[in-house]
Amino acid sequence: MTDLPRTPPRYSATFTPAVNAEIRRAAATGIYDIRGGGTKRHLPHFDDLLFLGASISRYPLEGYREKCATDVWLGTRHAKKPIHLDIPVTIAGMSFGALSGPAKEALGRGATAAGTSTTTGDGGMTEEERGHSKVLIYQYLPSRYGMNPDDLRRADAIEIVVGQGAKPGGGGMLLGQKISDRVAAMRNLPKGIDQRSACRHPDWTGPDDLEIKIMELREITDWEKPIYVKVGGARPYYDTSLAVKAGADVVVLDGMQGGTAATQDVFIEHVGMPILACIPQAVKALQDLGMHRKVQLIVSGGIRSGADVAKAMALGADAVSIGTAALIALGDNDPRWEAEYQALGTTADAYDDWHEGRDPAGITTQDPVLAARLDPVLGGRRLSNYLKVMTLEAQTIARACGKSHLHNLEPEDLVALTIEAAAMAGVPLAGTNWIPGRHGF
Amino acid sequence: MQTYDLAAQGLRGLNAGLHALKNQTNMTAWEVVNPKGAHAIAAGVDAAVEITVRGSTGYYCAGMNKQATIRIKGSAGPGVAENMMSGSVIIDGDASQYAGATGRGGLLVIKGNAASRCGISMKGIDIVVHGNIGHMSAFMAQSGNLVVLGDAGEALGDSLYEARLFVRGQVKSLGADCIEKPMRDEHLALLSDLLQRGEANAKPQEFRRYGSARKLYTFNIDNAGDY
Repeated sequence: MTDLPRTPPRYSATFTPAVNAEIRRAAATGIYDIRGGGTKRHLPHFDDLLFLGASISRYPLEGYREKCATDVWLGTRHAKKPIHLDIPVTIAGMSFGALSGPAKEALGRGATAAGTSTTTGDGGMTEEERGHSKVLIYQYLPSRYGMNPDDLRRADAIEIVVGQGAKPGGGGMLLGQKISDRVAAMRNLPKGIDQRSACRHPDWTGPDDLEIKIMELREITDWEKPIYVKVGGARPYYDTSLAVKAGADVVVLDGMQGGTAATQDVFIEHVGMPILACIPQAVKALQDLGMHRKVQLIVSGGIRSGADVAKAMALGADAVSIGTAALIALGDNDPRWEAEYQALGTTADAYDDWHEGRDPAGITTQDPVLAARLDPVLGGRRLSNYLKVMTLEAQTIARACGKSHLHNLEPEDLVALTIEAAAMAGVPLAGTNWIPGRHGF
Repeated sequence: MQTYDLAAQGLRGLNAGLHALKNQTNMTAWEVVNPKGAHAIAAGVDAAVEITVRGSTGYYCAGMNKQATIRIKGSAGPGVAENMMSGSVIIDGDASQYAGATGRGGLLVIKGNAASRCGISMKGIDIVVHGNIGHMSAFMAQSGNLVVLGDAGEALGDSLYEARLFVRGQVKSLGADCIEKPMRDEHLALLSDLLQRGEANAKPQEFRRYGSARKLYTFNIDNAGDY
């Protein structure tokens, strides 16, 4: 009887071990899972696109010899002082509070060395980042933590945050363990309590109000500063149209791969759209309004390499923004801290409990001992190196496509590897002239 | 007295002129005529000047004010004195929604009624309303004082942090985590000062005090139904 074949254990594709573990965790704790970062699920992404490069009908530019410019102007629509960046890769908004002071300083140093901008976050502007950022974008958020007109005026641009890709429609959360004396003072709240950041602005609702709010901010800053409007990847065609209508100089569009300091896992994984699906919709909105390249489009969410930069720009973006990748460049999730990640019940490259403030790399923490592990000078150098590599990679691809400026990349340079990516990006499936959803298909 | 005809001369000229007063001591009295409900009147002022607006204003009058005393001889639209840092804003008439939103300092006096969300997310401002206030006022209010001589609408002080609320009339309902608290001598003294500065004729003893129960300061699943 013992020799009879037995049915091997079979895992459910629905109730996987990971799903079951989450059910058990929820049952034991009574609270949803909170974590940092962006979506971890597999999504159609830039990896599903390829450049065609040059051929008989397109001639390439000589690598290292013929010019391929990378600069970008932002805020040319209304601002007296638009921003000129050397490279089209910017650093996304991340708060002091979520990140340590040295981490903010390192971001400023790295961005400045590479010729680009960095961005504040919820919680206000710190001296570290203002002092070390040649170009600093000041986020204007629903919580208005740390908001004041003096910082507004010493910023180089203002970014009104309507939403972000990790949680379109969601507010923020900074748990008590990260509320140090300094963070508490900047946010005008008691030390150690869980802090909610509101999901919508306290003094305007809808696009008509937003238009007046933008006008107020321009008046306060004497029409000098470019005004960005940041939206999560939810309804990119309409959100872009409405932001333009409201008077934005720049639209920042963040897909669901974009990170957050702390949000419910269910929100991160189930709300919003991947950036690949968002860019063509936003570009179409700008084109329909006759505002493409007049109102600049910055896209973010899962940008990792120069190839991603080039693909985003070929789809019509003017620039990109990085957050998660910048933290990894600083040293986040580095295997050198593996023993400590193991002690926290995780592993390098998977650590996402940023809200707990116990980051072994010293980046997503307010613990002074941990924060001291990040050398802001070295971190800035690493970020600068990474930004320059991304730029060189994007130039390599652009030259191969015969482009003398990254902005000359175009959808015709791309094909898609999957039907889904072809439909979302609006480029042909490789080897065909088929764009699903277009031309009657 | 500097008189500025807003309808004739335009908003940009007014605000540019007011911003240029920073660190100056002359031209300390301004009068704005024909405001006609324009938005962002006297927004971003940072000077110890007296500005009188003769008429009603649109959105965000006196937004982010520092130092200035701004008197509105009419009613104010949404977001009056939003994110005020210091100084005073005194409105003879009513104020629309979000009055004093996220204000960090200074004094906002509304001699009529205030609509919904008065003092939303306030962070240190003092607000004195002679009339009634609308629903969801002092939502997520962090610090500062809100004094209401009339009635308060639904969900007063919802998700309140450390702001203090004083109401003389009826409160239709309290929001999540907002409770009535005993009025001690220190509160009576504070209220007396606020009433005097707010040009309000009322006795501190006539008011009730409301504040945070602090049950929602740290997330607890057993309190989830309170949100």
